[in-house]
Amino acid sequence: MASFKPTKIPIYPKLGEKVTPDTLYWKNYKAPVQIKEFGAVTSIDFSPLAPHNYAVTASTRIHIYGPFSQEPVKTFTRFKDTAYSGKFRSDGQLLVAGCEDSVVRLFDVSGKVALRVFKGHTKGVHVTDFTSDCYHILTGSDDYTCRLWDIPNSTELTSYKEHTDYIRCGTTSKLNRDIFITGSYDHTLRVFDARVEKSVMTMDHSQPVESVLLYPSEGLLVSSGGRYVKVWDLLKGGQPLVSLKNHHKTVTCLGLSSNGQRLLSASLDRHVKIYNTTNYKVVHNFDYAASILSLALAPDDESIVVGMTNGVLSIKHRKSPEEKQEVAGKQRVRPVYRVFVKGRNYVPKKDDFFVSKPVKSHLAKYDKQLKRFNISKALDTALENRKPDITVAVMKELDRRGTLKNALAGRDEQNLSQLLNFLIGNVVDPRFTPVLVTATEMILDIYQAVVGQSSVVDRQLVRLQELVEREIDYQQDLLEVLGMLDTLFATSLPRKEVILKTSCILSINLHLVRNSFILYL
Amino acid sequence: MVAHAEIRVVHRGGSKINFREPVITNDSRFLLCASGESVKVYSSSSEECVHDLQGHTDLVSGIARNPSNHLQVYSCSADGTVRLWDFTDGILIKTFIIGYPIYSIYVSEKHGGVVFVVVPMANDKSSELFQLVAVHLPRSGDQEVEARELSAVLCDVSPSPGAASFGREGEYVAAAKGLQLEVFFFKKQKPYRFFLKPGIKKGSKNAFTCVSCHPKEDCIATGHADGKIRLWRNFNQKKEYTYSTLHWHHGAVNTLQFTPEGTNLLSGGIESVLVQWRYTQENQKDFLPRLGAAITHIAVSPDGSLFCTSHSDNKITIIQSCVKVSAIIQGLVKSEGVRTDLMIDPRSKALVLNGKPGHLQFYSLHRDKQLYNLDIVQQEYINEEGLDQFEVVKAAFDAHGDWLATVEERRQKGSELEINLKLWAYDEQTQSFVLNTTVTAPHEDQITAMCFSPSPETTMLVTISFDGHFKAWLLADHSDTKEGASWSCDFVGGYHLLKPGCCCFSADGSLLAVGFQEVVTVWSPSSWELLTTLSQPPGAIRDLCFGRLSCSKYLLGTSTKNQLCCWNILTCSLEWSTPMDVSLLQADPLSENIAAFCSQSGCSDLFVFKPGEPRPLYSQRALCTGKVQHAIFAPRDQMLESCEEHAQWLNRSQLYFLTQHMDLMTFSTKTEEDRLLASSKRLMVDNSVAVTPFYLLLGKHRLQQQQQQQEALTNPMAERIQLPQGSIAIKELLYTPAHVLPSASFLCSMFVRSLLISSSSAREEKEPVEEEMESEEEDSEGEAELRDARQDLEGSAAWGPGEELGTPALTKAQERELRRVKHFDHSWLSSLLEC
Repeated sequence: MASFKPTKIPIYPKLGEKVTPDTLYWKNYKAPVQIKEFGAVTSIDFSPLAPHNYAVTASTRIHIYGPFSQEPVKTFTRFKDTAYSGKFRSDGQLLVAGCEDSVVRLFDVSGKVALRVFKGHTKGVHVTDFTSDCYHILTGSDDYTCRLWDIPNSTELTSYKEHTDYIRCGTTSKLNRDIFITGSYDHTLRVFDARVEKSVMTMDHSQPVESVLLYPSEGLLVSSGGRYVKVWDLLKGGQPLVSLKNHHKTVTCLGLSSNGQRLLSASLDRHVKIYNTTNYKVVHNFDYAASILSLALAPDDESIVVGMTNGVLSIKHRKSPEEKQEVAGKQRVRPVYRVFVKGRNYVPKKDDFFVSKPVKSHLAKYDKQLKRFNISKALDTALENRKPDITVAVMKELDRRGTLKNALAGRDEQNLSQLLNFLIGNVVDPRFTPVLVTATEMILDIYQAVVGQSSVVDRQLVRLQELVEREIDYQQDLLEVLGMLDTLFATSLPRKEVILKTSCILSINLHLVRNSFILYL
Repeated sequence: MVAHAEIRVVHRGGSKINFREPVITNDSRFLLCASGESVKVYSSSSEECVHDLQGHTDLVSGIARNPSNHLQVYSCSADGTVRLWDFTDGILIKTFIIGYPIYSIYVSEKHGGVVFVVVPMANDKSSELFQLVAVHLPRSGDQEVEARELSAVLCDVSPSPGAASFGREGEYVAAAKGLQLEVFFFKKQKPYRFFLKPGIKKGSKNAFTCVSCHPKEDCIATGHADGKIRLWRNFNQKKEYTYSTLHWHHGAVNTLQFTPEGTNLLSGGIESVLVQWRYTQENQKDFLPRLGAAITHIAVSPDGSLFCTSHSDNKITIIQSCVKVSAIIQGLVKSEGVRTDLMIDPRSKALVLNGKPGHLQFYSLHRDKQLYNLDIVQQEYINEEGLDQFEVVKAAFDAHGDWLATVEERRQKGSELEINLKLWAYDEQTQSFVLNTTVTAPHEDQITAMCFSPSPETTMLVTISFDGHFKAWLLADHSDTKEGASWSCDFVGGYHLLKPGCCCFSADGSLLAVGFQEVVTVWSPSSWELLTTLSQPPGAIRDLCFGRLSCSKYLLGTSTKNQLCCWNILTCSLEWSTPMDVSLLQADPLSENIAAFCSQSGCSDLFVFKPGEPRPLYSQRALCTGKVQHAIFAPRDQMLESCEEHAQWLNRSQLYFLTQHMDLMTFSTKTEEDRLLASSKRLMVDNSVAVTPFYLLLGKHRLQQQQQQQEALTNPMAERIQLPQGSIAIKELLYTPAHVLPSASFLCSMFVRSLLISSSSAREEKEPVEEEMESEEEDSEGEAELRDARQDLEGSAAWGPGEELGTPALTKAQERELRRVKHFDHSWLSSLLEC
């Protein structure tokens, strides 16, 4: 004697992205903390020292935030105009920043007043950085020059005037104190050696360069400008390696994850994309509310900080493993302790005689009704269920038993309106349409005689009809698009692509329902 | 052809066991059921087949206990004989020749020496009218007796055995047919007839389906086509009869049975629920639901402790007093069509085909027993007529049996086809298949064919559908995330919007051939490139098959226009073609051979050939009537060593096929039959004793004694070495109460010694002591004749028990010498004897 087989609830494929280790890793962040700054956030830099404070340059100030504070731990306000590019030195003691008023200021992180002021540029300075020996500062300015400054003497060492447009990005080599790279709006990237008078390497990005990034090994250089992110091989004399076009607006900022395996790019299109650096495929994507100007990752990817044009700073912290466990543990302690533990912890003695009890299988409520062939009650209990896939599965089972019509019939106004509510909510869901369309047709068949007797039901029927009509129009549009695509594919591809025609079938189904509506109403 | 005479087409298992009501013996230990041309005796506790009573030459149509001897049964058959069997030993005692095909048999305790059989009215078989006749069985000592003393009891009865029943103490017999119930009283020699109205008006169908009489009271229960049960009383008069109606079944009542004491009435029908009604308190019912399939017969043991129900899916369920199912005897399930085709599970070597609705059955061909059912649909089966159920329509195994793919479909009137493709992984721990992936609606139309790639590197499945596409499914490993490996679609292919019909992978999996109507397309599964197209119009391609091993460069195809073509894949040209109406092409996985079944003028012919040479290795005309649609090569356990050329194709594997009437047939050679015969002799074990470890020890011992005695009886000249009469020690051990026995350590040595064979001091040569019984047995056979002469001289000497053992171990050289001497002695002595 076989036992009752419960109704199978089909598992529908989850829509959206697939679960990969990358999505798991990058989704493991808490909800973002948002801080309003005074103006657009142009630069974010993490301190290399232990608490990993970060400097946020926005409008005429630089705020330094602690890793978990929402209030700035320190503020530098001695700027006459918009500040740019607040950067920490590798020992975390000094901070340099450019300004629209062409003056470069050097601050002690603990102090307030600028330690040194470097004057010499004639226009705003958007790029500042320390060289790897910590004694020099690189600056790039809108006056097309980039200069090296000596910190102790606060004197200008060299000036290069090779770019023919604004210099808006630049970086120094972390391995060699003399090498630095600048990117400019003249579409070029130039590699300079402080020991030589001229640039040693020039690369053409063919878009105004917004950001440059050196790999930790410094063999590869990444530049972004326009909608492109390009990777250059420096060891091969600046040969272009890849050109990525995954954003649809200007890419403003680049970042590298702590292990160097993932590249991040932020863009004015409000997305941050994460690439795998081995095959340069996008593995994950973050959405933000406004265009992004700056992006920084804390060491060990502990947090992602993003600055936007509307002055909002968004900080995402990584979930700590303890918190995760806590959540899981909370779910487990649901049942009452005493009830479930009673007799369970009894350890049998050596000579005890074991009596095995058959395991009682627990059926769901609707299955209990189905087992007793109470079809209407089974449908009622299924409708009470919150999950539409269960309700639809029960309807399908009833349909298989040939008793769906009986189960739908004989309902009063309240019951019927509950049923219609469910249909209105789910009939256009492509996963459920095949089953629900039959149910809808049956309901129209059964209750056509009582149409007009209840205002509630009538209103719902009209709503259902509208819904179906709209869906049909929508499907028709989709079919037209599909036809266009078909012709496009047919001309562009030698081999035939097969396009699934599920939407076609759906629309035919819905047409049938509309016809029956037209008949009855 | 004379040369081929020794390859025979034989029935091999899988016969129906639910054809007629099974019979439970008086001691409830055995269950007898008609199974094709034989009667099978099953043990009711272990479900094993104990005996196969063979002798009838046509379908066995009924079994009945002999009321005068509880160890004997009658069986009747369409061959016109009633046979009396001893079922414990499986011996045919007597054959009564009636001369007419018999449709059912009844016996009654009151009527000694008489059996009642249902035979056709007229002599010719085609007659539609049947009569119940009493046959007086003549008492004579002969094996075959002609029983010609027939007297008609009732005319115009139904041939179904459930439609007649004997009443209280055999005083009357009730038979129903159509809308009429007829009761015949033997004392009055007078029949009474009761009629029911057709009752079409209310939508009820009053026709009788079955009858059962109360064993103690005057009450007849009848079942009806509309699910009602009527209890008739007062029927010994024409007018004032009464009946009461019970109604629970919603389909026809298939069978009714009173328990021997008459306290309960059992009924069953299509609902597959056994209903037990209390007699006189009919509103109290007990149910035993979900028995699996429609109940066709119910039988009750004479003591009322065991019930058994036959089901429409070739199953017999044994139920202990309407509470618990204690055993299930399952035969090969043959539904209307074998939609999945026949397959061989590469692991268990079992035959796989669709069985119960929504299940795949694994059937052992060697043991003629169903191994297990795999639930494919995993849905509650609703036993109701006219319901569209999910059916398993396709199944395929991969080369190692690690993966099983199944397709189930449900076609509903007025709505689209529902198709599910399921992929099952073999689980080593549970030793069965576990569902891995379900693909709903893998294609938009019916899937016509499906096959796994035989290549060891990739696990790939190709499905082919009427929607004009074929799809390749690959196992994608997501071991890096939480979910395990699952299947996904890799490639969708088509050819000019033609409908594909069949597909085949080459032996190494490097090529895939798909037949699109008249065109065969050859694809490379690694790159999904269309390599070449082959076509031989006219006629759509029906079947495709790649050659194997040395012939793997050939591709065979059959078309609807009676063509069998063979292409050479290397040259992409037609090698040869013959006009043949091939209905089925089947390749032997272990050799190059290909079997082609051709249908010609209502008969099927078989040709076995190698693709390389168009000359058939073996051919057999008129194999069976009708088209052969399903066949399979099943690998053999052991290779046969047949050297005749025409029988060599059967060496590695055996060809099984299903005829139009769903009989499972196979080809067998003489050497194979000899081997089977030999093994069956050896395997005759007294199965009535429960097999316990102790039995294995003791039973073998006793069996050998029996065999020796038997042989001694048949050949009184032969004297054997007697086994030591250790039985005294064993008896002592067994029958002494445990509390007075000495310690086990003391008994053990005594017991073991008693099992050893004593060496006979009377013999001159010393025999090596053999501890294994079997080898000892064989050895002794060889020596039996040697000792003939000597025993004659000495007379039958008693070989006393418990003789001391002291046989020194013999060296190999000595043994060889001994054997030589024996052979020499033997010829000399026998010649002496003869003169």
